[in-house]
Amino acid sequence: MVNPNVQGKKYPETAPYLVGREKVREFANAVFSTNPINHDLFAAQAAGYPDLVAPPTFAVLIQERSLHTVIADPEADIDFSRVVHGDQRFIHKRPIVAWDELTSVLEVDSVKSLGAHSMITFKTEILDRNKNLVCTAISTLVVRGE
Amino acid sequence: MTHINIAGLEVGQEIGSQSFHFTRDSLVRYAGASGDFNPIHYRDDFAKAVGLDGVLAHGMLTMGAAVQVAVNWAGDAGKVIDYGVRFTKPVFVDANTGADVLVIGKVGSIDLENNTIRIDLSASCAEVAVLGKAQAVIQL
Repeated sequence: MVNPNVQGKKYPETAPYLVGREKVREFANAVFSTNPINHDLFAAQAAGYPDLVAPPTFAVLIQERSLHTVIADPEADIDFSRVVHGDQRFIHKRPIVAWDELTSVLEVDSVKSLGAHSMITFKTEILDRNKNLVCTAISTLVVRGE
Repeated sequence: MTHINIAGLEVGQEIGSQSFHFTRDSLVRYAGASGDFNPIHYRDDFAKAVGLDGVLAHGMLTMGAAVQVAVNWAGDAGKVIDYGVRFTKPVFVDANTGADVLVIGKVGSIDLENNTIRIDLSASCAEVAVLGKAQAVIQL
């Protein structure tokens, strides 16, 4: 069972992640994107962006870095081998673009029990190098009971 | 800029559909791109050992592919300002035949004040819904 006392707990800001152009292209290919602004620098700039635009779910890479700190936290007591992804949401203030340098701060929004299972919801704020909010990622993990 | 004329849209109108063919290669490619190397997404023996019927696609792969229907309609991946899904059923990916995920997008609501359109996405595999409440808000 997930420790309900971690509700409200905030985890330290993660180390900066530099978004690379080829990583954007690699991720775009992996999610079947054919949108030119994910692949073609000139198309992205013609559309008014400073560099390649990352697909809408790219923020998961940054969210994962924060999630790892929670999974590794003995206080939270999350058995990762029993984790199932329940839901996911990304609210963007602006799209992520190549050469963004992003950090994240995660807060445990809620811990709920559902029979033998636990549901834990995280809110991860993704910030650029000026500490402006780029995206809020909300994720619920279901930890199956024994 | 986008080609979409908000005044010409109706709630319930279909904006596009696409069938995505997932193979084991797709899963390995997504694992590498995302950094999610959970072996349930590429090893049959491991998937079976943890009680699954077989290797399944990353939920985030299905989520990431499904939104492309809305992106292609909007013409600009940067216009998706809010996107959320529930993962309702796994997509099992057979080693030989793969799996096909059919995604259909419809206009869910129109917000004239904020100039946004909510696109509701349905995603199914073998006629079973694999995402729930999949909604993408497009800023025009």
